[in-house]
Amino acid sequence: MHPILAQLRRLVFYLLGWIPLAGMLAYLLAVPGGLTWWQAGAVAVPLCLLYAFVCLAAWYPCLATPLDRSSVPRFLFTHLVGAVAASALWLLMARTLVRMLAASRGFRGIDSRLSEDLPLLFGTGVLLYLLAVGFHYVLLAVEASRQAEARVMQASLLARDAELRALKAQVNPHFLFNSLNSISALTASDPPKAREMCVLLGDFLRRTLGLGEKPSIPLSEEMSLVHAFLAVEKIRYGDRLRMEEAIDPAALDAEVPPLLLQPLVENAVVHGVANLVEGGWIRLGVQRRDGLLEIAIENQFDPEAPRRRRNGVGLVNVRQRLEARYPGHASFAATAAGDRFRVAITLPVESDAARVLARQVPQEKTL
Amino acid sequence: MTVAQGHSIRTIIVDDEDLARQVLREFLSAHSEIEIVAECANGFEAVKSVAERKPDLVFLDIQMPKLDGFEVLELIGPGPAVIFVTAYDTFAIRAFEVHAVDYLLKPIGPPRFEAALERAKERLSGKLPSPALPAIELAAAARPPQQYVDRIPVRDGASVFIIPVAKLDYAEAQDDYVALASQGKKHLKQQTISSLEASLDPSRFLRIHRSYIVNLERVSKIEPYGKDSHVAVLSTGTQLPVSRAGHARLRAFLDR
Repeated sequence: MHPILAQLRRLVFYLLGWIPLAGMLAYLLAVPGGLTWWQAGAVAVPLCLLYAFVCLAAWYPCLATPLDRSSVPRFLFTHLVGAVAASALWLLMARTLVRMLAASRGFRGIDSRLSEDLPLLFGTGVLLYLLAVGFHYVLLAVEASRQAEARVMQASLLARDAELRALKAQVNPHFLFNSLNSISALTASDPPKAREMCVLLGDFLRRTLGLGEKPSIPLSEEMSLVHAFLAVEKIRYGDRLRMEEAIDPAALDAEVPPLLLQPLVENAVVHGVANLVEGGWIRLGVQRRDGLLEIAIENQFDPEAPRRRRNGVGLVNVRQRLEARYPGHASFAATAAGDRFRVAITLPVESDAARVLARQVPQEKTL
Repeated sequence: MTVAQGHSIRTIIVDDEDLARQVLREFLSAHSEIEIVAECANGFEAVKSVAERKPDLVFLDIQMPKLDGFEVLELIGPGPAVIFVTAYDTFAIRAFEVHAVDYLLKPIGPPRFEAALERAKERLSGKLPSPALPAIELAAAARPPQQYVDRIPVRDGASVFIIPVAKLDYAEAQDDYVALASQGKKHLKQQTISSLEASLDPSRFLRIHRSYIVNLERVSKIEPYGKDSHVAVLSTGTQLPVSRAGHARLRAFLDR
């Protein structure tokens, strides 16, 4: 749909813009053209009104020949052909109008006088059309910048949305229910252990609660969260849960989005270890190399296990957050081979500048 | 099944977490009429224990290794009274549809536990009606619509096989059973062929005869047989009779 015709308000402003043009045309017809002011006005006003609509057609060639992606010959050819065609139509309209007017009193002889002004009229038609072309390019640029702005808004909203969902999904209620049930069991059989588990669970919950306000945390802090989670799960699963870690010490101070690793470890527990009668291992490896963090988390699983609820919600969320936060600069791959499930992630180590930018994003949104 | 006064209630606890079993054990220890005959940490063990020990009451976790609680119930049949114990409230409706006595949510509190045990005793003494349908039909009825099974658990005495549906060649009705042909072997399962048909994805499995369901990927050709009947020849070489209605369905599928 044409942007001017799409809204009545825009159309009215557009037509108002044509009033001075009609005035100039009337001046041309009256002073060098030799018509009376009355005659010039009667020709110029209807003619410009009609031509205003003809010039709206310039939108389509403008759309087809974008300024930044068209060659100069093609650009010139398209618009000159358009201008000549529009102006020819303009002349035709002028002659039809004049012939109609010549029949009435006070306009006698206007047609013969106007035929002398035809070159002048043709030139005016071409110029007016080219003016419309310029106007439409401005419109296109405005539209494009508005769309770009909307895209940026949309992307940052999506990113924020994924962050919020990650935080909301964070404390899996079933993890909480099962842990409370374990505490309940221990209160009778081993009260000190029950107390220890209360403290561990409290520690984990406190750490997750604080993460809502932070756009990024050092990897060491994320690892503490993972350890707090595993300490609780270790009481539930006992020897069935075996964790192996190989963390590059140089990676520990790298800034990462909060809740990057913990959901992956939880996924490995819920869909891996928990489905294995004898339990299984989870291996977490982190390397810092060439400005990138390379994270691999691998776990054993039972390929024939019954399907579980919440399947992969944690994984999908981590993937979306990485895409939203580092578009084109992070990778996420989940693969299952035999009885092993592996998630491999790379993400850029955030520089201080990027971190500052990331902090500003939520503030911009509140404006 | 009724329990005479003075008899103990033979009970099995099924949960993969030791601490979760411990809570139930503790609560049950206050009841002298309860005799815990087995504790199981996964679905296979549960099926085996129930077959061997014939319990009156089973406390059954839902999410476990090997078989989930619903699959266990499907295999053990309608004998014992079942109380589901889980942290997930989303399964409650399904649990009652398969006529579980009760549904306990973790963490379990003593009052709720006592109420569930009371219901179980009523069921066992015949005051509460037992399920009229076999558990397998109930489990089928409780399956969410548009969700087909991706594996079929089968019990042979105390042992359990899992047949992934991709490896099922065909199924044949045999009285109250279906014979499931997979990888050169046949496994018998107590189930009607209609309820099996309803649980399988209709874009992959087709009822070609009153007594046969075939895996469409296995059909290599259809040949005329006799005057107006046909046989389906499978890639394994097996020939299955195709009824007239089955032939029409098969044609409609193959012509697509």
